[in-house]
Amino acid sequence: MSRIQQKLASLKAAGKTALIPYITAGDPRPNATVALMHLLVEKGADMIELGVPFSDPMADGPVIQKAVERALEHNVSLDDVLEYVRAFREKDSNTPIILMGYLNPIEAMGYEAFAAAASSVGVDAVLTVDMPPEESVGYLPALRNAGLDRVFLVSPTTPQSRLAAVNEKGSGFVYYVSLKGVTGSKELDVADVTAQINRLKDKINLPIGIGFGIRDGEAAFQMAQLGDAVIVGSALVSLIEANAHQDLYTIELAVGEKMTEFRAAIDRADAL
Amino acid sequence: MTIDFSKFPDEHGHFGPYGGIFAPETLMAALEQLSQEYQSVKNDPQFLSEISDDLRDYVGRPTPLYYAKRWSESLGGAKIYLKREDLNHTGAHKVNNTIGQALLAKRLGKKRIIAETGAGQHGVASATVAARLGLECVVYMGADDVVRQAPNVARMKMLGATVVAVESGSRTLKDALNEAMRDWVTNVDDTFYIIGTVAGPHPYPAMVRDFQAVIGLEAREQILEKEGKLPDALIACVGGGSNAIGLFHKFLPDESVQIYGVEPAGYGLETGKHAAPLCCGKPGVLHGNRTYLMQDEHGQILGTHSISAGLDYPGVGPEHAWLKDIGRVNYVAITDEEALQGFRDLTRFEGIIPALESSHAIAYATKLAPTMRKDQTIIVNLSGRGDKDMNTIAQIEGFKF
Repeated sequence: MSRIQQKLASLKAAGKTALIPYITAGDPRPNATVALMHLLVEKGADMIELGVPFSDPMADGPVIQKAVERALEHNVSLDDVLEYVRAFREKDSNTPIILMGYLNPIEAMGYEAFAAAASSVGVDAVLTVDMPPEESVGYLPALRNAGLDRVFLVSPTTPQSRLAAVNEKGSGFVYYVSLKGVTGSKELDVADVTAQINRLKDKINLPIGIGFGIRDGEAAFQMAQLGDAVIVGSALVSLIEANAHQDLYTIELAVGEKMTEFRAAIDRADAL
Repeated sequence: MTIDFSKFPDEHGHFGPYGGIFAPETLMAALEQLSQEYQSVKNDPQFLSEISDDLRDYVGRPTPLYYAKRWSESLGGAKIYLKREDLNHTGAHKVNNTIGQALLAKRLGKKRIIAETGAGQHGVASATVAARLGLECVVYMGADDVVRQAPNVARMKMLGATVVAVESGSRTLKDALNEAMRDWVTNVDDTFYIIGTVAGPHPYPAMVRDFQAVIGLEAREQILEKEGKLPDALIACVGGGSNAIGLFHKFLPDESVQIYGVEPAGYGLETGKHAAPLCCGKPGVLHGNRTYLMQDEHGQILGTHSISAGLDYPGVGPEHAWLKDIGRVNYVAITDEEALQGFRDLTRFEGIIPALESSHAIAYATKLAPTMRKDQTIIVNLSGRGDKDMNTIAQIEGFKF
């Protein structure tokens, strides 16, 4: 079992929902990332989704676009992101890390070279927004051979006929995009997500994480009752943005407070 | 060469290693639906006759193939013919494609269309068909392009479209495409995305090519009628590459025809300030397909420069990437300065003011024609007219309106 599978299995056995926060690597500056990752764990993260900056983040809303721009001002590359993970692993060998990003930086490094490097620094899974299962010839075996989990997205528009491929080709968990839109947009429709998750459970055996549009404790509380994991991104990144020119302590305070809100809400849902 | 060019792309949209569907999950179902709809209508006589009626009565096709005698003689080599796409309604080849995609949007019951635009020609062509069909239209345009192509912005607004100036990234065509994709992901149920070039995820590169292939189809008949033989060379400018693939496609099997795609060399290929991925880039994935890209060693897309907004794009249609690799098309580059000279030449020798995009093809013809014999012929795709570029030209030539 991979580190992600172990983590999700033990949480499930304990009746708990995973909290997966997202931050963009290198935002607001390179030396903040490892410290923020440790803070996220301290404040209740079960896993961390680490965004790999890409110049053209076409599935991201304005909050994460600007985070990526802040990171790219410091020329943060995929190599740098892997270095942050290596540094994080010096003190934490327990918390799974999922890299989330776009395909081109991985293409530029080469699938095999990337998978080997990611695995060796302690990355657990990879989620590539613009890599659907249909195009994953070459990509999938490279990740699989390196022992990395392959997380695919499923959206409200994904037809039943495509779910089998996601179930077969994905591993670790499936990321359900809870709304039609970019990251950080709109309000969640709880009834719609409920119906959708039930639809997915017919075809998907993997654990289901829910993300996009989860802005506060209340939304996390609702989603924790539906999925195996709750993923929060823009809500945290907007706090990094608001404090981008402050010292690290101030950023940690703001992010930590929001994490505490999410963790408490999810624990409350788990206690129902 | 024994390639059957009509067999490409394959059913998954691949031209060799290029093309494909590298799209966010939310769009996969819409792309599949579009593929199926397009497959079902592309050989449907009723659909095809609707398009050809519109192209004749609304767009004004066929466009002439014009022998540019005075200009050719000044160069002292091959006879140069111009395929007059500038005479289309709305002033460029772009409308050939928007007519077709708008009919598809109608068939799919979509009430709203979105488009990205660089020079504004595709935006105008989209706003035009939207007005005609009574559809809502939103056009995304880089904030820098909004300034340098102001006349087209005014036209789009008059036609009833909403023009959104995109401030993110490099504020040009690639950022407009990102923003259009974000809109589509959000409004996929009621919105049809009219992509303006032969890029994007499958089926767009194939579909836009098929709609633009009318250019080469007409040109081939016209040159055979006028000269009694095939041309010796074809020249077209390449940004995303839709006017080029439109001219080239029906000639690809004609091995005697030399084909030249002209990329914008900006301030010069050696300066790095250009938009010539086929000449200087390497393969990668952007905007839904694998193709040649301007990118750094870490896979970040580079900012581009071209005097012409319509060519100012770091990628190129995947079919061009493939045609480069198999050696069927020669990709060359022309600087801003050379394009401006081409612009002046055609204006003064022939009384035709070309778009700055098309001026790149004109400029390459001034290099190629003198190396050829007088009994040889070249067809240059005059993809658009230059009215939209008056602000840019006025600034450079130092005159005021």
